[in-house]
Amino acid sequence: MNNIIQVVSILAAAMAVSFGAIGPALGEGRAVAAAMEAIARQPEAAGTLSRTLFVGLAMIETMAIYCLVIALLVLFANPFVK
Amino acid sequence: MKSPLALDPVLHFGPVPITAPVLVTWVILLVLGVGAAAATRRLTLEPSKLQAVLETLVTALDALILDTMRAKPGPYRALIGTIFVYVLVANWSSLVPGIEPPTAHIETDAALALIVFAATLVYGVRTRGFLGYLKTFAEPSWVMIPLNIIEQVTRTFSLVVRLFGNVMSGVFVVGIVLSLAGLLVPIPLMALDLLTGAVQAYIFAVLATVFIGAAIESPAPVPPTPQPRTLP
Repeated sequence: MNNIIQVVSILAAAMAVSFGAIGPALGEGRAVAAAMEAIARQPEAAGTLSRTLFVGLAMIETMAIYCLVIALLVLFANPFVK
Repeated sequence: MKSPLALDPVLHFGPVPITAPVLVTWVILLVLGVGAAAATRRLTLEPSKLQAVLETLVTALDALILDTMRAKPGPYRALIGTIFVYVLVANWSSLVPGIEPPTAHIETDAALALIVFAATLVYGVRTRGFLGYLKTFAEPSWVMIPLNIIEQVTRTFSLVVRLFGNVMSGVFVVGIVLSLAGLLVPIPLMALDLLTGAVQAYIFAVLATVFIGAAIESPAPVPPTPQPRTLP
């Protein structure tokens, strides 16, 4: 029984990370593309743009990091595994 | 494999267990404190190389605070600068063999984020007064009060999880590659960790600035009808 729970936990952790990375990856791609376009149009605003971009990317990336933390909780702090 | 969430005490002060991240933090505090005191001991009008580097850092910090908060950087420079320098040194302390960065454990990050949270409250109350700060929770209308309160909690939590997740995943990946492939193989990954650590330190400082700035800022949306407003 315990064995099954561990197998399912590992599967769940892998799925959490893999599917959880799809959305942030798409979002970060769009954000970087938009910032590139903006810098190409207005190179003098590159400083402000890249700072805002970094903060925005960190915000988006947090979603993927949440999934990673959930996966770690499932792997290492699973309440159902004795 | 050792869980990244678990911590074992390395020594005891009476009943108080001291863990490795705490020890590393103390060493970093000592090094930074003594280093800063020694570096600013003999400041001259014609700066030496070290003083020029420090002045560049402080100038960049002031520009960041000024741009983000639109306020005089004086009262915030110490807090933001300390957070940035500490997180940077803590993230890069993994370069010293045998030392795990203290930010790779969630307790250190939670302490840092709580400091930022307390700072937003203190600066918000100090610039607007207690009632004035409470009123910002009812912006743009009273319907948003629960959401604004939840936002305070979740953004602090996301600050914790972001730093913890990034630094810890770096340490974790290096450990896995080291155990699978052997010595010297994870060096490129460690170089990537240096970049991640610097970016995360910058982002932590920027987000702290943004949060404090949001707490002290006058409300952003200008009312459509021009009406005389008294500035604080």
